[in-house]
Amino acid sequence: MTKNRVISSRKIESEALEQLEEISGVNIYACYQCGNCSASCPAVEFMDIPPHQVIRLAQLGFIDDLTGSETPWICAACITCTVKCPRGVDIAKVMEGLRQIVLRSDFEHINIREIDEKLRKKLPQIALIGNFRKTIL
Amino acid sequence: MKKIGVFVCHCGINIAATVDIKSVVEELKDYPGVAYIQDYKYMCSDPGQNLIKDKIISEKLDGVVVAACSPTLHENTFRMTVKTANMNPYNCEIANIREQCSWVHKDRSAATAKAKLIIKSVVEKALLDEELEPVKVPVVRKALVLGGGIAGIQAALSIANSGYEVILVERQSSIGGRMAQLSETFPTLDCSQCILTPKMVDVAQHGKIRLMTYAELADISGFVGNFKVKIKQKARYVNWDECTGCGLCVEKCPRNVPSEFDQELGKRKAVYTPFPQAVPNKPVIDADNCTYFKTGKCQLCKTVCPFDAVDFDETDKFIEEEVGAIVVATGYEVYPILNMSEYGSGKLPDVIDGLTFKRILSASGPTGGEVRRPSDGKVPKEIVFIKCVGSRDPENHFPYCSKVCCMYTTKHAMLYKHRVHDGQPYIFYMDVRAGGKGYEEFYQRAQEEEKVIFLRGKVSKVYQDDDKVVVCGIDTLSGTNVEIQADMVVLAMAIRPSKGAEDLAKLLKIGIDQNGFLTEAHPKLRPVESLSAGIFLAGCAQAPKDIPDAVSQGAAAAAMVSALFANEYLLHDPIIIGVDEDLCSGCGLCVSVCPYDARELNREKGIVEVNEILCEACGACAAACPSGAAQQRNFTDEQIGNMIKAILA
Amino acid sequence: MQVSYYPGCTLKTNAKNFETSALAVLDRLGVTVQELEDWYCCGVCFSQTSDNLMQQIAPIRTLVKAKESGNRQLLALCTMCYNTLKRSIEFIKADEEKLEAIHKFMDREATRFYGNEVEVIDILSLIKQIGLDKLKDAIVKNGEDLKIASYYGCMLLRPKEIAIDSPDDPNIMEEIITAASCENVYFPFRTECCGSYQIVNEPDIIKDRAKKIVSSAIKNGADLIVMLCPLCYYNLDEVQIEIQKKDQSFQTIPVLYFTQLLALLMGIDPDINDFSLHSVDPRPILKRKGLL
Repeated sequence: MTKNRVISSRKIESEALEQLEEISGVNIYACYQCGNCSASCPAVEFMDIPPHQVIRLAQLGFIDDLTGSETPWICAACITCTVKCPRGVDIAKVMEGLRQIVLRSDFEHINIREIDEKLRKKLPQIALIGNFRKTIL
Repeated sequence: MKKIGVFVCHCGINIAATVDIKSVVEELKDYPGVAYIQDYKYMCSDPGQNLIKDKIISEKLDGVVVAACSPTLHENTFRMTVKTANMNPYNCEIANIREQCSWVHKDRSAATAKAKLIIKSVVEKALLDEELEPVKVPVVRKALVLGGGIAGIQAALSIANSGYEVILVERQSSIGGRMAQLSETFPTLDCSQCILTPKMVDVAQHGKIRLMTYAELADISGFVGNFKVKIKQKARYVNWDECTGCGLCVEKCPRNVPSEFDQELGKRKAVYTPFPQAVPNKPVIDADNCTYFKTGKCQLCKTVCPFDAVDFDETDKFIEEEVGAIVVATGYEVYPILNMSEYGSGKLPDVIDGLTFKRILSASGPTGGEVRRPSDGKVPKEIVFIKCVGSRDPENHFPYCSKVCCMYTTKHAMLYKHRVHDGQPYIFYMDVRAGGKGYEEFYQRAQEEEKVIFLRGKVSKVYQDDDKVVVCGIDTLSGTNVEIQADMVVLAMAIRPSKGAEDLAKLLKIGIDQNGFLTEAHPKLRPVESLSAGIFLAGCAQAPKDIPDAVSQGAAAAAMVSALFANEYLLHDPIIIGVDEDLCSGCGLCVSVCPYDARELNREKGIVEVNEILCEACGACAAACPSGAAQQRNFTDEQIGNMIKAILA
Repeated sequence: MQVSYYPGCTLKTNAKNFETSALAVLDRLGVTVQELEDWYCCGVCFSQTSDNLMQQIAPIRTLVKAKESGNRQLLALCTMCYNTLKRSIEFIKADEEKLEAIHKFMDREATRFYGNEVEVIDILSLIKQIGLDKLKDAIVKNGEDLKIASYYGCMLLRPKEIAIDSPDDPNIMEEIITAASCENVYFPFRTECCGSYQIVNEPDIIKDRAKKIVSSAIKNGADLIVMLCPLCYYNLDEVQIEIQKKDQSFQTIPVLYFTQLLALLMGIDPDINDFSLHSVDPRPILKRKGLL
């Protein structure tokens, strides 16, 4: 469904956007929307907002749409997008920034107890710790 | 004491808003040496200039100080103004109270105080100014054009048509450059060779043009109007005076070499002319690939030549010439696919660059103009064009836009469609830059009439899958990733300056930018001049550009050369650094620091002598001179000392 | 040659056979490997925030221990560990103020680490450093008949600053495979992500990714896939069984640690490879090819 969004300087200069830029340390305005991040993303099919649109919406200040999105949690931090970006935008860091914004107000994205015990025992530790590092503050 | 007139400009509110002009006039009117002072709203206007002129005469002024904008803007204006009132132009000085005062300050009273000090110091300078006459230099009215592509051809023809002699030097054995490799040209789709070859023939037949192909600039000295150049004529191993271009040697040569002209898709011989319409249409022997040069056996070409023109003993020759101006039109090269690891690093045979595709489209090309892919000669039914490959990519390749790709890719898709009616072309693009006459209409035609599918986004990966080339990209307009099972992929590779352009720039002492393109003197107002007087720029050596732009710049450079040659003498600024023979001890320190080779030690006299034409008045010698013998005219130590005193007072 | 060694959590548990095979191979190549006396979890996934210094403490502590060991190089076998340790070094080298803050927090440590004292190295680069000629000398079995698909995954190649080879078109694994007498199979998905830690709560992503990667290797004629990441290993190995459950026609391909293959080619006791840990049993093909 197409959403009608009102663009204003209040959005573009919002604290939320400032926070995202601060946590990630990325200048999102370097992006010129070539889409290479989405084109190369291995998990894009599972995302509700593809990476290039994440950056676009961030440029316009719609941080709420992004923190409410599944995309940052689908991102596996493989950093392909960052390596591919012709403008040096570190998209992987923007994803981390979005996860952090959410986790810093609500520290758990997954409930460890809900993970199947058999699976928990079988998985390599790096799978579990890696996951927790991205989903729990 | 001299009588100095001070004229203070308001520059509208540019100066007057920050500097209290009234207070400046009030204070300066009593300054020693100031015989007259007047302010005016726009001093550079006609009434402003007339005011200065009138007052020089009525007040019998010896010198003028104009307190206004930077001397780079109006120094010449005011010097010409005082000249009409019979004052020596070098007795007119500019006090810059705009760029160096009003524009950079906010505090009105402090800025006013600063403006007063600036003007006072310049009055001090004016009081000791001498009358100077420009140095006169005769002009050699012959031009050197480096590069025989379309820009160089146009420059050479335009200069020659103005009645001046031209030496056109081209590195390849034929002129024509990149344009000769193209098939049709956008946006009119007329045949590139058909419109280029008449111009090439004009060059060959022009009485004023001396064509030197297979040659390079080896050395240069001198200065505007009087360059001495050394040109290296590479050994051709074919005596062109005897050769008639019959082609028998080429026919018999047993050695096949990938043809550079056909982007290595086709073959040429070791003795070859690069293409059938070459000018001059005479062959050279490529010693690196010639069987005789490699093994000492063969000589078939020599045996069959009816005119005994083959000469294996020929060596490189050096020709010395004097020229008054130089046009640099050394063109571009295509950034190699080797650098694009995500697109197969050049290892996939059916992933080629745009120039190679042009050869495939060309009737004289390796496929006779039929669109067939390199790997197996199959006609591609799905073809993908990718734009901005290497361009607009500051992170990994080049930050600039290569400018021609939008249009030529559109043209390629269109020409492909004309040849393969049931084929489908796709173009991945990020922006379509169609800012030229008829360009936007051309782009629309490709969409509406030819049904070229434009996909907005980058391609992240290209890989071989059986006999298909899989293209993974995105269409950001629909927001979906897309995959195309293509038969062939054409990359619009970035264009960059020709190999050797950087070394040439060093030789000529002209600037290059961070991408290796030659730097123009001013990006808007002096686009065809280099910063070295007498050296002009044309074509893609300066920046990526299409044929109309390259031709325009070639013609513009020629106009600049002709304007230069219209003078019997050149005038050189007399503000140079001379030598006070009584003070000079002949230590030679100044000789070693001079970047222009303008100073020479006369061992007999034991003093240093100055070539006034070469001196660019940088002042390095004046700073180095231990005795004060090297004094810059109208910037003597005494003048500068007085100026500093005036500011510190 | 002597290097310090940082095992990390998984090499002591799930990927025990990666450790034993790697250590045996290095032993054959004449490298003395000293495991750090004291080490901590590296954090696995590097924190990509600019303000979260806490997550840097663990890797820096380990690097302090490495510095104290006196060896110039610290070998990290697990690619996740390699990535995290290496990026932590880049992180503190780029920002003195942050390094200072970390030092303040770690004021009880006897040693301070500044970034240049220890080089974190992966096993591929280490083998190249030892020399491919030396490797060739250690190879006793003929692998000419083996077609190997080298899978790089993410952590050795991205981001650029820590990449061991070209992120888009690497060649270091293939180079070593050639030196070890096997044939290389290039497949287009060799540098693509397997889905990583998303196996925990987004397993569908892994199924999708692993299927693409594995199928691409099979299609290009590979006998085996080799790799260096215990997580990629788990994802690509385990998922094939899942896929096969649903799709009987799916052809599996064994997944090996790079060092397991080298150990076999060097004629080292096959038991150290503990093939019972593999979901897709590599033994049949290895027997067919004369390596077992």
